[in-house]
Amino acid sequence: MVTATFAILFYAATAILLAGLGARIMLYARTPAPLSIPTTPAPTSRGGAALRVAGEVALFSSLFRSNKWIWLLGWAFHVALLLVLLRHLRYFVEPVPQVLVWVQPFGLYAAFAMVAALAGLWIRRIGVSRLRYITGPSDHLMLALLIAIGASGLAIKYLAPTDIVAVKAFFLGLMRFDWQPLPADPMLLIHLLLVALLMVLFPFSKLLHAAGVFFSPTRNQPDTPRERRRLAPWAAELERTNR
Amino acid sequence: MSKKEFDIPAVPKDSEALFTPEPKPDATASVRSYPASAQHQEALGFPGEIPDDWQDRALAHFETLLERSRSLRVYLDSCVRCGACTDKCHYYLGTGDPKNMPVARQDLMRDVYRRHFTPAGRNFPGLVRGRELTREVMDEWFTYFHQCSQCRRCSVYCPYGIDTAEISMAAREILDVAGFGQKYVNEILGKVHKIGNNLGLPGPALEDTLEGLEEDLRDETGLDVKIPLDVEGADILLVTPSADFFAEPHVDGLMGYAKVFHQAGLSWTLSSHAAEAGNFGMFIGNYEQMKKVAERIREAALKLKVKRIVVGECGHAWRVAYSFWNTLAGIGHGADENDEYARALQNQLDPNYPVPQHICELTYDLMQRGVLKFDPTANDHIGLTFHDSCNVARASRMGDKPGGQMEIPRALLRASVRNFHDMADSTIGDATFCCGGGGGLLTDELMEIRVKGALPRVNALRETMEEHGVTHMAAICAICKAQFTKVLPYYDLPMDTIVSLHQMVGNALRLDRGEI
Ligand code: SF4
Ligand code: SF4
Repeated sequence: MVTATFAILFYAATAILLAGLGARIMLYARTPAPLSIPTTPAPTSRGGAALRVAGEVALFSSLFRSNKWIWLLGWAFHVALLLVLLRHLRYFVEPVPQVLVWVQPFGLYAAFAMVAALAGLWIRRIGVSRLRYITGPSDHLMLALLIAIGASGLAIKYLAPTDIVAVKAFFLGLMRFDWQPLPADPMLLIHLLLVALLMVLFPFSKLLHAAGVFFSPTRNQPDTPRERRRLAPWAAELERTNR
Repeated sequence: MSKKEFDIPAVPKDSEALFTPEPKPDATASVRSYPASAQHQEALGFPGEIPDDWQDRALAHFETLLERSRSLRVYLDSCVRCGACTDKCHYYLGTGDPKNMPVARQDLMRDVYRRHFTPAGRNFPGLVRGRELTREVMDEWFTYFHQCSQCRRCSVYCPYGIDTAEISMAAREILDVAGFGQKYVNEILGKVHKIGNNLGLPGPALEDTLEGLEEDLRDETGLDVKIPLDVEGADILLVTPSADFFAEPHVDGLMGYAKVFHQAGLSWTLSSHAAEAGNFGMFIGNYEQMKKVAERIREAALKLKVKRIVVGECGHAWRVAYSFWNTLAGIGHGADENDEYARALQNQLDPNYPVPQHICELTYDLMQRGVLKFDPTANDHIGLTFHDSCNVARASRMGDKPGGQMEIPRALLRASVRNFHDMADSTIGDATFCCGGGGGLLTDELMEIRVKGALPRVNALRETMEEHGVTHMAAICAICKAQFTKVLPYYDLPMDTIVSLHQMVGNALRLDRGEI
């Protein structure tokens, strides 16, 4: 019963995440950027613009210039999340490659860092009056959800251990459409339920910034308007009908 | 100066206090632009009265814009409310009204977007702050999207580059389409379409004015420095903001350009058909309006058969010219061979020069080549600093290297003035603070927001005045110049503190070509 419920839940969550995010990315890609609007000074080549975006994605370079606290907490959270995700990859691959073995302890420290950084972001959100003003219920809920995921994961590790070999068998089974029993430990089920919820929310929430950062015209356009004529399809149409 | 009808913010001794104001809700809720009259609306093809179905029209146009513009869609989706932009807007810093925080300004539109265009907002408006597009919301849009000068400072600091200017342009376009236009911008756009410049200065009057200026130049220099108008076959078409023809200190800049052309022996002309570099179509985010205004320059260039197009000192105009003209009217280089529309003009233009070229690029190039010589002692009575205009600094370039838009004007000023000092780093370059009057806000009924929005700039200016004996501030934007002339007296600084860059150049330029 538990196994079937969670199996279906994860199939559905994965489908919603992939389809929802895929549709959004397609929409961004298809929507034209009619004018040249990079925030200058901007690189003058495509490669340079790609580097600029890479800097934003990997180092949060604009945020660094902007506010050191938000940068520190936000960047720490994202790096920690990445390490935690890498640590979890071992549940989905067999045999486990050597890199993933090395990552394991870092993934564990990262879990603490992640929860701490999230807590720090939340404290700022409540404590700084400007941030409090712009915060809505969904912003609190998103932080609560992420902290709950981190905390429940840590609880499984330290307080309420589960049979992780069985958990791995369950996920490998899911991927091969050959369901294996999932241990019915409450903490594990809570953890998985919250993760599935996050996956479902992803394409409908502000988490879309993960896709948006790649499509931001002020960052990804090279600065070449005098050398190259940019014309959106609808603008070209306008030009034709106007003459 | 007129009676002060609101409190002038004190320029703080401790600039930290300036940069972290506490939110004061609704502090500027009552500072509102005048609505456009039916006549001004209809001249642009917008409804004269607010139609019964204004909401349907607004939402339909919202959807069109979402389909037309990637930036709008991505920016409405991507904000995480991290708050990094909250202390970056000069209007927030000057007024403390939280709706002047860039993210909160965006949210005025984003909340509506969620409610009407996303599943989350349609189903859970309470959770994600979805907001129905009511009359009240439109009024709030009208107020606060006309308290944004579209300066893009917030975009520099946002981790996703979210540009509130894009949002406020889209919001203003929706307002226009639904019958909620703003008087100042729409009235001026009407004048450009009808007469050819923002001031509504007709051709003959322009001719008179220029003759007068030529006389002034003769009196000053003893030389025959010309300001030619409508000369067919000239090499260079100069397109400059119409304020350069009569306003102070703009006109001194125009005389500076004339001296540069004269000394370099260049063949140039102004055009009465395109006697306006400004393009207020950008302020209302309307592509069609922007295109229509830009096409006047194309038409003039074709008619006068010029080989180069040079743009005078104006911030938003340079953004439109540099970044958009190629798209809007084919004014640039690099169009496809089969792009007949753009080729018609581009085949006529000299490929050896950038098109359009900024007047500062032209002067700098001549200086580099040794064609122009300067005597900076002519400006020894002046201690100078430079105000980077937002649209030049953050939305354009000069020269071939990124950042040339900051370096080239400074190189010209350093050659022209010995006592030159920059203001604090966090207030110049791409971090520059808006003058407070850009983006269609240069109108008297918005004086309160204009004065308060100038506070961060005035603060930095004061500092260089005290520390480095600066007496004047040069700018390369017609709006900046007009705004500072009006606003500086509120802070007890003389209105002529603000000068044109080419005024400084013109003072220092050695006009001894004839004697060599
Ligand atoms: S900096 Fe960008 S993401 Fe952060 S609150 Fe402002 S607009 Fe939103
Ligand atoms: S574009 Fe400029 S005026 Fe508008 S919100 Fe951003 S910082 Fe403020």
